[in-house]
Amino acid sequence: MSLLRLTNISRVFGKLVALQNVELEMEEGRLYAVIGPNGAGKTTLFNLISGFFPATSGEIWFDGRQINRVPAANRVALGLVRTFQITEVFPELSVFENVRIGVEAEARCSTRPWPGRALIRQINQRVEELLETTGLSAQAGRIVSELAHGDQRVVEVTMALSRRPKLLLLDEPTAGMGQEETAHMVRLIRDLHVRQQQSILFIEHDMDLVFGIADRITVLNYGKVLATGTPRDVAADPLVQAAYLGEASA
Amino acid sequence: MSRRIYVNGAVWLLLLTAALWLPLIGGYMALASRVLVYALAAMGLNLLLGFTGCMSFGEAAYFGLGGYGTGLFLTHLTHSTVLAVIAGTIVGGLAAFLFGPLVMRRRGIYFAMITVAIGQIFYFIAERWNSFTGGEDGLAGFSRQPLHLGFAIVPLDAVAFYYFVLFFFAIGAGVIALLLHSPLGHTFIAIRENRRRAQFLGIHVERYVWASFAIAGVIAGLAGALNALQNNFISPINLYWVESGNLVIMAVLGGMRSFWGPLVGAIIFVGIQDYVSSYFPNNWETFIGGLFIVAVIFFPNGILGIVRRRMKAA
Repeated sequence: MSLLRLTNISRVFGKLVALQNVELEMEEGRLYAVIGPNGAGKTTLFNLISGFFPATSGEIWFDGRQINRVPAANRVALGLVRTFQITEVFPELSVFENVRIGVEAEARCSTRPWPGRALIRQINQRVEELLETTGLSAQAGRIVSELAHGDQRVVEVTMALSRRPKLLLLDEPTAGMGQEETAHMVRLIRDLHVRQQQSILFIEHDMDLVFGIADRITVLNYGKVLATGTPRDVAADPLVQAAYLGEASA
Repeated sequence: MSRRIYVNGAVWLLLLTAALWLPLIGGYMALASRVLVYALAAMGLNLLLGFTGCMSFGEAAYFGLGGYGTGLFLTHLTHSTVLAVIAGTIVGGLAAFLFGPLVMRRRGIYFAMITVAIGQIFYFIAERWNSFTGGEDGLAGFSRQPLHLGFAIVPLDAVAFYYFVLFFFAIGAGVIALLLHSPLGHTFIAIRENRRRAQFLGIHVERYVWASFAIAGVIAGLAGALNALQNNFISPINLYWVESGNLVIMAVLGGMRSFWGPLVGAIIFVGIQDYVSSYFPNNWETFIGGLFIVAVIFFPNGILGIVRRRMKAA
């Protein structure tokens, strides 16, 4: 059974057809990339999957359920957690506090006005574990808005992981990053995939990065799927070369 | 961490010993009670304003309702001052709980507008319903009754009433403090920081705004109940939007991001009100307004915001 399946998905904004009859299917444990030029509809696709806004037509299936009408916050509980292209964190809180929000939500105790000591210990332990995983332990006490851009993005990924996603959606995880930061993020994504069999669907601009780590790639252009397949297949596809790779290498 | 303990210790020590030192600097106990009453209401508001990030401009509704609840309860039902306080608290809190669903989906200026609108509804009801609320003359004819403690009967004179208010202030402040250090409080702060991120971490933002609104209403109701007992009187003015604005000014002046900010704001506000109005009875508000403008422009994080920055720099 596939983890995520989009059938015949379209999204229209007024007269603009942002996505047209998009099909996408992804199995558990995969590292899957969506690429495409600016305005191809990549972020719109993420917004539909994560419930930011509904699809105009078509169906979204996740983990055996049709989730078209499930509100965004409930999709998180189902295991669908995303990051944003423009980093969304809790800027004036510390790294630890940022991650703790997600851990508390995952422990279903966000409504607790006075938690017991055991619960607090358990939560703090889980936060530390997550910070360890993503290499943020040394920065735990720092205010997020004072961190480097790349570290802020790692914080966002760590927060997403705190909800134990079945599918992690990363919207251009290396956007705006320098070489070193990009390398760190790529290592993190690959580690999550290889060591924890984390299923990841990500949008990316950086071609080398995508071809280096993704199992499968879907190429979007003008809201339509241009090609889907292994990196090798996609790279060899003449349509893709014409529409995207040609442009990128020019 | 340890600094917080010192600060809290100092605040509580000063509040507990107010009867000893306040007369020395020219204050009087009724003034101190007033400060605590407004500080409590402003701290409740600040849970919403400073910690959940929702600009409520209608807290006076729940403050006033608490007062009317207490006044009417004492007039018609009981002579127990404590029960009357509890009744007022419930009335204020219940109203906020019931109106929560109306406000929880609004954001920013729309949140402010709907909270004002709801507040004004209560103002007009209280002003018009002469037979029940006393209309625009207000509700008089009730007075705080001596406390029956079992071993003694304590009349609530100015000093005793101050400690009576301080007792409830401590409960209210304690509840807020516990809350802010709990998962629920963390979630409120997360919503203030970034609603979208909170939502996409699986948090049902609106329900939490509702909860914060209701809790602020309970605290405002409690403060309003104490206010009615303080004056042995309650009038529609306590429900009016200007009163809501006063509470916002206290929170902003003292520091919205600080736990004790609203207390500092209330001390300044009530202090200026008391002192300046004896010289300029008709335009003491100009002083508050001027100070508020200065605060918003030069120290947006309030007085405690400056103190904190200084301490960090040192």
